[in-house]
Amino acid sequence: MSNHITVEDLTHMYDTRCALDHVNFSVERGEVFGFLGPNGSGKTTLFKILSTLITPTSGVINLFGHNIHTEQKSVRKLLGVVFQSPALDDKLTVYENLRHQGHLYGLRGRHLKHRINELLLQFELNDRTNDIVEELSGGLQRRVEIAKALLHSPQVLLLDEPSSGLDIGVRRQLSQYLTSLAENEGISILLTTHLMDEADECTRVLILDEGRLVAIGTPDDLKSQIGGNVVLVETKNCQSLSNKIEDELNVSTTVTDNFIHIESTRGNEFIKDIMVAFPDDIQSIRLSKPTLEDVFIKLTGNKFV
Amino acid sequence: MVNILVPVSTIWWREIIRFYRQRSRLFSAIAQPLVFWILIGSGLNASFQPSGFNKEIGYIEYFYPGIVVLVLLFTAIFATISVVNERREGFLQSVLVSPVSRGSIILGQALGGTTLALIQGLLLLCLAPLIGIKFSITSFIITIGVMTLLAFGLTNLGLIIAWRMDSTQGFHAIMNLILIPIWLLSGAFFPTTGTPIWLEWVMKLNPLTYGLAAFRTGIYRNTYQQIGNIPSLTHSISIIVVFCVLTYLAATLTATSKSI
Repeated sequence: MSNHITVEDLTHMYDTRCALDHVNFSVERGEVFGFLGPNGSGKTTLFKILSTLITPTSGVINLFGHNIHTEQKSVRKLLGVVFQSPALDDKLTVYENLRHQGHLYGLRGRHLKHRINELLLQFELNDRTNDIVEELSGGLQRRVEIAKALLHSPQVLLLDEPSSGLDIGVRRQLSQYLTSLAENEGISILLTTHLMDEADECTRVLILDEGRLVAIGTPDDLKSQIGGNVVLVETKNCQSLSNKIEDELNVSTTVTDNFIHIESTRGNEFIKDIMVAFPDDIQSIRLSKPTLEDVFIKLTGNKFV
Repeated sequence: MVNILVPVSTIWWREIIRFYRQRSRLFSAIAQPLVFWILIGSGLNASFQPSGFNKEIGYIEYFYPGIVVLVLLFTAIFATISVVNERREGFLQSVLVSPVSRGSIILGQALGGTTLALIQGLLLLCLAPLIGIKFSITSFIITIGVMTLLAFGLTNLGLIIAWRMDSTQGFHAIMNLILIPIWLLSGAFFPTTGTPIWLEWVMKLNPLTYGLAAFRTGIYRNTYQQIGNIPSLTHSISIIVVFCVLTYLAATLTATSKSI
């Protein structure tokens, strides 16, 4: 049995619009792998294809030795899927939702009951077993969703924007759950996100823009593409100022909205240089360690929205 | 076999439990037809004598089987309309990525809708003695059998529509444009006898006509009243069975080709 998920030359068209353009990558067992991209970058299409909801226009996807199209049934048994929109029946109790899911995957009887209780305990839901789902908070519901997706012990967990609608505390807790699942149980976790802090928690990140793979690597490797730190200049006349900065200080710049992004290895001194050279044009100036957003802006020239 | 039975029965069970927890839906599916029956039935009772029927059968009694079938139709619609939203976002998506076949999903949903429609239909059947319909054991069994088949076929029909629709508004439009006319032209509202030849043909081609015919033959089985020029029980039931099989296959095909 192969230990990888491989995606080769994946292309998907909606009529004439290209949502995914010849994408290639592979994921190892036990990785937390993030698809990072702004809205419309193709990450949701990628999620739908991987979850077997839609068939791509072309390309081959192999999941631990099973072709995702020709061996759909085997692939579905290996997959656990958490959707962005709630996929729990809100009129059913937590237990009933999980039992329903178990039955769909052929689990039943004592074995199913045991497995449900195990997960309820693991996700600290054991005191909410008989609560109707609509009475639970958003964070608790998301936990039930993940427990539901893990019920049949899948090898791969796919999540679409898992932290959308959750506050920061719950988000952090969620990412700890996911990391421990990958580390302790060897489950490969693939998730889509547009949040930098969520992407930072991944072992590797694939950056998508307009359907194209822009970069792939660990968050640290990606950020090291940026020389030194990032200086962010806020100004009213971006274009003219960025031209002036490029000419006088001999650096390259990227412009998004009202901001000029400049990479610099000698951040503090560089800020001083700019302030001295253009004291009247600058509204604010900031020096920060590079983020994945900076990587995205550097590679695409676009703002991450 | 267990591989199919477990998922089918769990999907069926979910439909029932959902319905039980939203009991107001029970009321809405049965109230409207009942009001129709009382108002239209009483209104037309004085003026109309259904042609080809015994003199004792007034319009209220004539309209009764039509109302039972309308309750089955409404429940089938209420039971399937949730598919529209659940398919695009939410619960049904997680069913679609599970290893369960589309055929089993449809079977579970259809049996769920059938059970709910049957429960409602049975409630309405309790009113039959009030208008002078007397059941024998055989006629009761036949009636229940016919209602089950009809409910199954109508739920499948609802599923075919629901799986194609992207909005519940679209479903309502189809309901008004197709489902209600099918019901109106089934002999539920007026008999085939004496209608213009074109209308008679439309009614002959309408599968629900045979549902109504079978239901009428069922309830009057031990009284042998004159109940118009309608097809025989065997003829009607064979056509309903074919209708059930075809709608089930069509619904499965729809679910396979249009999953999200």
